[in-house]
Amino acid sequence: MRQLTYSKAISEALREEMLRNEAVIVMGEDMGVMGSVFGITRGFMEEFGSDRVIDTPISENGFTSIAVGAAMRGLRPVVEIMYVDFTTVCYDAIANQAAKMRYMTGGQLTIPVVIRAPGGAGRRNAGQHSQSLEAIFTHIPGLKVIAPSTPYDAKGLLKSAIRDDDPVVCIEHKLLYAGKGEVPEEEYLLELGKADVKRTGEDVTIIAWSRQVLSALDAAEQLAKEGINAEVVDLRSLVPLDFETISNSVTKTHRAVVVHEAVKRGGYGGEIAAQISEELFDYLDAPVKRVAGLNVIPPFSPALEDYIYPHSSDIVAAVKELLL
Amino acid sequence: MIIKKYNRETLLRFYREMKRVRGFDTKASELFTKAMIAGNIHTCIGQEATAVGGCLALNPSDFIVATHRGHGQCLAKGGDPGMMMAELFGKETGYCRGKGGSMHIANVDIGILGANGIVGAGIPIGVGSALASKILKTMEVTLVFFGDGASNTGEFHEALNMASAWDLPVVFLCENNKYAVSVNIDRVTKVKDIAERAKGYGIPGVITDGCDVLAVHETVKKAVKRARAGQGPTLVEAKTYRYHGHYEGDPQVYRTKEEVLEWKNRDAIERLRKEIIEAGFALEEELAGIDKEVKEEMEAAVLFAQNSPYPEKKEVMTDVYASDNERGVAR
Repeated sequence: MRQLTYSKAISEALREEMLRNEAVIVMGEDMGVMGSVFGITRGFMEEFGSDRVIDTPISENGFTSIAVGAAMRGLRPVVEIMYVDFTTVCYDAIANQAAKMRYMTGGQLTIPVVIRAPGGAGRRNAGQHSQSLEAIFTHIPGLKVIAPSTPYDAKGLLKSAIRDDDPVVCIEHKLLYAGKGEVPEEEYLLELGKADVKRTGEDVTIIAWSRQVLSALDAAEQLAKEGINAEVVDLRSLVPLDFETISNSVTKTHRAVVVHEAVKRGGYGGEIAAQISEELFDYLDAPVKRVAGLNVIPPFSPALEDYIYPHSSDIVAAVKELLL
Repeated sequence: MIIKKYNRETLLRFYREMKRVRGFDTKASELFTKAMIAGNIHTCIGQEATAVGGCLALNPSDFIVATHRGHGQCLAKGGDPGMMMAELFGKETGYCRGKGGSMHIANVDIGILGANGIVGAGIPIGVGSALASKILKTMEVTLVFFGDGASNTGEFHEALNMASAWDLPVVFLCENNKYAVSVNIDRVTKVKDIAERAKGYGIPGVITDGCDVLAVHETVKKAVKRARAGQGPTLVEAKTYRYHGHYEGDPQVYRTKEEVLEWKNRDAIERLRKEIIEAGFALEEELAGIDKEVKEEMEAAVLFAQNSPYPEKKEVMTDVYASDNERGVAR
């Protein structure tokens, strides 16, 4: 099968949906002439015109709210927030406007907006360009949140997100963009709210999303050499959550580790751990463990930054503790 | 005199609509005072001319974005007073089935894109609607209502900048009632007129008398025509006043009784009533007949709301998402 980069897979998803439905538009900073800072929409302006590929001013709250208003009128805007860190300046548009319109209007309005937001550390971008902020979105009823880890998942989920009538926040890890993976030529969709078992095993369940799926798979490889078979569940979609897949795995392995790059305190991993504890307590042989980012601000120094997020060795150590 | 440009039917419509707006909010205020309505009520009594003059400059297929002080705007755009009142009561028969309340009345079918509880947030939403009109190549205009307080939000500036840069079919109607809750606009804003800010976006900024429904109407009509012709947005500032506090029960320590009285003496409804009679368009009795009809209409609206059922308990879980696997809502 052909290999595509994660960024090219996202680009293909956008292009296919724009070709399929004229109501789909893309907007954000540097999306048009430049083709986005990560190259996602390169060539789009030439192909679709400046009405549907909109270079916005640096007005995140303004243009994200504009997307909400346009969605009320039948468009399906895909907004790029250049770095997920910048969603804090348009949190009103996302959390108060996009998320609440359907409920507050008694179901009259649908807001089919997708907010793509590159996140994550590892690029020496310092404190305001390196965070993992999915938890501030999973906390808001009305929002759906996806965080794909592979080019295949990114394409299939983004296409579904664009066709979905609810607002979806798509967290893309910047360090995944250049990574390659198999993506079929033919069209496919992946349902939101379906996790994917990336590796099967019987001894422990490692639950992860976004870039930490790669760390989890790496950890599973290392553990396998020591005779420990870890199952890796890639959530892919954080809201809606596929608890069934988690449950099927944990009732088999009796142990769970939740891994994410975002800071541990208040992270979505706590929610997953709580749900497992509440509903699967009798199946557990050990407490659910969290392996997550340090509760700090991403530092610039290359000597410091890599310490803030989990590595496969941290996951290996956590699994071993559970198996003691 | 501007009134000579209008015919009897139109003038009586302006009169009736303003009476309806005042009648609705007077009822809302009474009911709130009697604790029959919960939450917050922001009445627009005193500001009827901006809601009516503005909305009547639109086609039925055009859109408005309303404010938290938006009952008048929604009524003037064609909102049904019974369904609106039911929404204020939190009843199943309300526009939002009781889930939005006073600050969130919406109905896309009649062009009401919702009001907003976040001051200023409706402005870019209205610009988004205008962007949709441009991209979809339909000719609807969006009229965005907001107050003087909202003109100091970042969203006002971001939205006006994008709307003007892209020549979008939108009209910004600032109801400058002088107070953002308790703070006088002059104490927090250097420019004397909000309309002056239009210069910063290269669009026309027009001041109109918010106590004169015909003046508001003429100004907004011109702006709507300009927007529909693809010539871009206009910022209209209507100098107006709310007779009640920011919310019902507001002690209003920030203004004097004399100031309130001064504005009440310039009342838009009384002004139009006088002008209609003086110009011979209708007799006093005819206007009294409209007053009576409006009173009955509002009483019926209240009765409808009172007699309507509350939403069932299970409704608390519906419409969070258009589709989900239920886990997202249930747990």
